[in-house]
Amino acid sequence: MQTLTIREALNQALREELARDETVFLMGEEVAEYDGAYKVTKGLLDEFGSKRVIDTPITELGFAGLGVGAAMAGLRPIVEFMTFNFSILATDQIINSAAKMLYMSGGQFKIPIVFRGPGGSAFQVSSQHSQALESWYAYFPGIKVVMPSTPADAKGLLKSAIRDDDPVVFIEQERMYGNKGDVPDDPDFTIPLGVADVKRAGTDVTIVARSLMVPVALKAAETLAQQGVSCEVVDPRTIRPLDINTIIDSVKKTNRVVIAEESHPHFGVSGEISAQIVEQAFDYLDAPIKRVSGADVPMPYAKNLENLAIPDVNRIVAAVREVAYLD
Amino acid sequence: MATKVIMPKLSPTMEEGQISRWLKKEGDKVSMGEPLAEIDTDKATMEMQALANGVLRKILIGEGQSAPLGQLIAVIGEPNEDISAVLSEAPAAAAAPPKEQEQAKQEQAQPAPQAKAAVASAAPARSRVDNGRQPQAAAAADSGRLIVSPLAARMAAEAGIDLRSLQGSGPGGRIIKKDIEAAISQPQAAPAPQGYPRVIETTRFQQAGATAYRDEAASQIRQTIAKRLVTSLGPVPHFFLTCDIEMDRAAEMRRGINALDPDLKISINDIIIKVAAAALLQHPQVNASFQEKFVRYYEHADIGVAVAIEDGLITPVVRAADQKPLSQIAADVRELAERARSKKLKPEEYTGATFSISNLGMFGIDEFTAVINPPEGAILAIGAMTAKPVVRDNEIVIRQMMRVTMSCDHRIVDGATGAKFLQTFKKILENPLYLVV
Repeated sequence: MQTLTIREALNQALREELARDETVFLMGEEVAEYDGAYKVTKGLLDEFGSKRVIDTPITELGFAGLGVGAAMAGLRPIVEFMTFNFSILATDQIINSAAKMLYMSGGQFKIPIVFRGPGGSAFQVSSQHSQALESWYAYFPGIKVVMPSTPADAKGLLKSAIRDDDPVVFIEQERMYGNKGDVPDDPDFTIPLGVADVKRAGTDVTIVARSLMVPVALKAAETLAQQGVSCEVVDPRTIRPLDINTIIDSVKKTNRVVIAEESHPHFGVSGEISAQIVEQAFDYLDAPIKRVSGADVPMPYAKNLENLAIPDVNRIVAAVREVAYLD
Repeated sequence: MATKVIMPKLSPTMEEGQISRWLKKEGDKVSMGEPLAEIDTDKATMEMQALANGVLRKILIGEGQSAPLGQLIAVIGEPNEDISAVLSEAPAAAAAPPKEQEQAKQEQAQPAPQAKAAVASAAPARSRVDNGRQPQAAAAADSGRLIVSPLAARMAAEAGIDLRSLQGSGPGGRIIKKDIEAAISQPQAAPAPQGYPRVIETTRFQQAGATAYRDEAASQIRQTIAKRLVTSLGPVPHFFLTCDIEMDRAAEMRRGINALDPDLKISINDIIIKVAAAALLQHPQVNASFQEKFVRYYEHADIGVAVAIEDGLITPVVRAADQKPLSQIAADVRELAERARSKKLKPEEYTGATFSISNLGMFGIDEFTAVINPPEGAILAIGAMTAKPVVRDNEIVIRQMMRVTMSCDHRIVDGATGAKFLQTFKKILENPLYLVV
């Protein structure tokens, strides 16, 4: 077991997969000479050369399309978006080409591509550079969406994403690149896509949290444990396909649910999870499902307002106490 | 914000409640779910919980006083809040009850089959099928919509708990898992403390003029008995059929069975229940109830057994007595009677009989008439079993004799119908081997 940051774990996953399979290649803005805007691709140019690690111009739609074409031709591209905010420019390639090609070609062209980079909120970069887009991509059939919350998950899931034959949107979190954790040494360590992880077992309330909200939910669970409330923290890890069974099993045990997320509250992942819980476990609910989401406003620049816009430990604690009928 | 505390519906047949005891006084801090008062319903003493946080600002109904369902009985609010607006509703609410009751009575007097669901609660569900559905049906209680979490609703249905008898501790009175768990572990509120029977004091009579008297508020159960009985002997045209039954063989059967297994503890009354159930199946016209526009015939004989309790009587029901072996009937009766005495019967355990039996033999009563428990079609009053000289084959011999009197609802049971039932009942009881033929 090694202790790594999420940044190092991702770097290791990329290195191992580039070494394992010569059809894998990496491209994006600043991924080569500069070692990546967030240093996730550090050292890879030196190790694998400029044929496998490629700097692109600032043309997201262009290089995303290049990636889809390369995948159709039999390669396994990893396309880095400096942040997912810029993937908005490439959505036509991601949604209209990558997600639909297998279906529209009658199964002739699979698209084994990974679109990766940081998403969610960053530190004081304001509205256009601080947003969660997972519900956009998870909306479309034909695409997988992965959001790791620990170094081990980051490594195991990225390796699975690269080996997967479908397009995968792999959303990291800029605020979490420095988070440390244990990662298995085994070079073949992978985590299957579509399997949720119970990050903390409990009996009274289920907290469903992903990405940045997982450590926040775990801290809230710690606080609540001191108040006599036992929380189960479930991290779906993959948004599509969603492992709803693990969530349902937890709800059947606890009868109460809080869903924490940094994305906007409306028409998003928490709404989908709520709906599936109501459809499948209605008779097990003892309280309405409570969502703790990011504020329904463009991300403010001001530090104090930014803090208010992102769910914190106190808001999750209050929500849990509410569904447990404690206040 | 001031919250109105209203008289809650704590049993399916409850129309009003009497404040037995306030557990908080004006000015006390209360929090949601905390016991606020003890309320005598028509069946039991139940705890009422606060449905809001704050201070108990005003008590409008004192201990010993009654209020109909839905009437404002107290106000919870912030310590310095102006509650005059809420209080101003109190007189209006107090004036409302007689009218409401009048209305209820009128509705009861003409329950057409298409009658509203509200009326159904006046005549508790009869068949087992209906009983099973009761918890869900409870979603529309008289006093408004019941709020229940999906989990609590399912748990209540599985445990056979009537949601209308519960007080929710969740926001707005929502019934939640905790409330059902409490109800399962403690079916009813603790019974009211029971007094010891008093020794009768004999003093020298010194009275001149009219005797002194004292008024004691009638308990809820006494009021319910009164109300139920005048809906019987008044509106229900009773007639009575009496016969003597030779009990030697039944008594012998009882001795024989109990000799096989003393633990069975079969009583003569258990045998009477079994025989009545067998006879009812042969005479479905008697196992029926008059429902104004139609007559309802029951598939099984659910026998109500009158049990005397401290301040009244109650008739727990032995379900499907026609199908149960004597040992099961005996066990059912023992268990139900015991819980009846400690006031721990659940509503569905004392409602919905198809026929009742009242036995005063143990008091040395030779014969009496019993009042039908509507909407049942008949009731059998059992007298004491005593050795009597009777004529058999022109000889005077001594036999264990028992006199029974059947009260019939003439609207569905005619003289000959009742007589034929009683004939069958007598035939089986005198020759209990018929039970196994």
